[in-house]
Amino acid sequence: MSSQPLLQVNDLRKEFPIKGGVFGREIGTVQAVNGISFTVNKGETFSLVGESGCGKSTTGKLLLRLHEPTGGEVLFEGENIYTFSKEKMRKTRRDMQMVFQDPFASLNPRHTIEKILTEPLIVHGIGTKEERKEKVEHILDVVGMRKEHKKRYPHQFSGGQRQRIGIARALMTNPKLIVADEPVSALDVSIQSQVLNLMKDLQQEFELTYIFISHDLGVVRYISDRIGVMYLGHMVELSDSEELYREPLHPYTKTLLSAVPIADPTVKRERIEIKGDLPSPSNPPSGCVFHTRCNACMDICKVEKPKMKQFRPGHYVACHLYND
Amino acid sequence: MTIKPLLQVKNLKTSFFTDDGEVPAVEDISFNVYPGEIVGIVGESGSGKSVTSLSIMGLLPNPPGKVTGGEIYLNGKNILQFNEKQMRRVRGNELAMIFQEPMTSLNPLFTIGNQLMEAVLIHNKWPKKKAYDRAVEMLRLVGLPRHEELMNAYPHELSGGMRQRVMIAMALICNPKVLIADEPTTALDVTIQAQILQLIKEINEKLKTAVLLITHDLGVVAEVCERVIVMYAGKIVEEGDVHTIFQNPQHPYTKGLLQSIPDIRKKEKRLYSIPGTVPKPGSVKKGCRFYSRCNVRMPRCLHDQPPYYTTEENHKVRCWLVEKEGEEREQSTITTSQ
Repeated sequence: MSSQPLLQVNDLRKEFPIKGGVFGREIGTVQAVNGISFTVNKGETFSLVGESGCGKSTTGKLLLRLHEPTGGEVLFEGENIYTFSKEKMRKTRRDMQMVFQDPFASLNPRHTIEKILTEPLIVHGIGTKEERKEKVEHILDVVGMRKEHKKRYPHQFSGGQRQRIGIARALMTNPKLIVADEPVSALDVSIQSQVLNLMKDLQQEFELTYIFISHDLGVVRYISDRIGVMYLGHMVELSDSEELYREPLHPYTKTLLSAVPIADPTVKRERIEIKGDLPSPSNPPSGCVFHTRCNACMDICKVEKPKMKQFRPGHYVACHLYND
Repeated sequence: MTIKPLLQVKNLKTSFFTDDGEVPAVEDISFNVYPGEIVGIVGESGSGKSVTSLSIMGLLPNPPGKVTGGEIYLNGKNILQFNEKQMRRVRGNELAMIFQEPMTSLNPLFTIGNQLMEAVLIHNKWPKKKAYDRAVEMLRLVGLPRHEELMNAYPHELSGGMRQRVMIAMALICNPKVLIADEPTTALDVTIQAQILQLIKEINEKLKTAVLLITHDLGVVAEVCERVIVMYAGKIVEEGDVHTIFQNPQHPYTKGLLQSIPDIRKKEKRLYSIPGTVPKPGSVKKGCRFYSRCNVRMPRCLHDQPPYYTTEENHKVRCWLVEKEGEEREQSTITTSQ
């Protein structure tokens, strides 16, 4: 693509200190995100997939600078957001919003929906009082809720409706990028599909770019254009969505795909067994981080960390199996 | 069928008594669990699947919850009439349960060994050594390594998947006839979920323990269950063997639910979704509870509660549409016979 990507992530790293001992000294670090790079183009949905502890949520927060990174850079429209002043960052956040997993915890229970939705406008100084009012009603309509709802409090809504409000709040400032961290995992299937359809419609209507963080590969296939698979702070595979499902390369991606239960009892699948548990991120394995659980582990995997390589145009994998 | 059901639930009704009066959580719940089978109860939040399982175990928080009607037979005995002492003998011994949260269902202050042995010693007058050996044997059965070391470990030293294995070991340690698993894999990652489901299947085959698996995930049901019970807003709407339910669902809710799942095997253009939300318990006084969200509703559905029809052998549906089809079928057989 010739146009500039909306977001470019270069060698992003984040370590969290482990505090312990008598005076709460630092006794070690957790490598939550360990040198990941990717680009996100305008108008696409880029998904980060992985199991708990793989660093996908931390990455999401790093992209909005809700965490300060240990290293690397995030270029938003060509500018490194980590060099921004506090004021400039605040203004930039108008263009980058977040939708959270738990619609019960991410809405202030003491505020009406109107107040929740108007707040981003006040913070960014957008519009007059009248215009803000109109905007609230318009956005409520867009996410499929009635304008009478604005006088109510979050507890008066179901989980699905609350998630709609969370999405409405993210839309208030007309952002370019929305980072959605497991936006449908807390919802029932029948509600989940409503919210996913809504997100797809909104993407077209407002020309949004999504970073979609999820552990559910079924949901991810429906919504994504491209997918990055993460394991223990590393990105192990990155590809076009359809190609990833058709021909996964990394042994971890294969295992992950084969583990998803399919709602069809006639399907009998070859399941790739995965050995043991996730290693501790504070003491990651040497070489390839997946080698302790990999069924195709070779000698080299134990000592040398595989580099991300392009296997086919647009399909990247970090695995020694694809070295030649 | 000549085989006697191991667990028989008949017209179970459980209510919660709140400031606003009695709110029925589940009603007309009837189903059987036969020896050695895996039955799935599937439903969304608020469908009453967990209330059903807690009612069977006698673990409902009382007050406010109370079983207000029906019978539950275990091996032919109505356990709803048991007093607390009798019930305690049944629980863990004949009926055992595992929960969703393996993090909170183990006591953090006691070692794994201590908690496993406690479960045996409560039900048996065994010497400690025998209980210890039994606990180690169970850890081996659920596929945990380094048994001796694990016996002295505390719950926080284990991962989520390992804790769920310990929970399963604890539930099975007295050889129960029925294991109730309430969302056993919901809190786990997919790869670990696959391991635990495999373990549940193996145990069912090896020990012939009947399993009542409660879940919201139809994928899990398709993977392990032989029969499925679908619940919606406190009632059973459909029951059948797993192939019938997935290939020939009759209730509009079951159909909608199956269509709502994003299929990992293909890219879907648009997801089907059931409009609206689950009604609040007790808010639907008459008629079908799925009326407000149903895409094939008829005027009579608003007023008349649909009965629970048996369409074919072992396939039951609570929907008026089935009656219509049944009539037509009957009529067509009459015409053909003429």
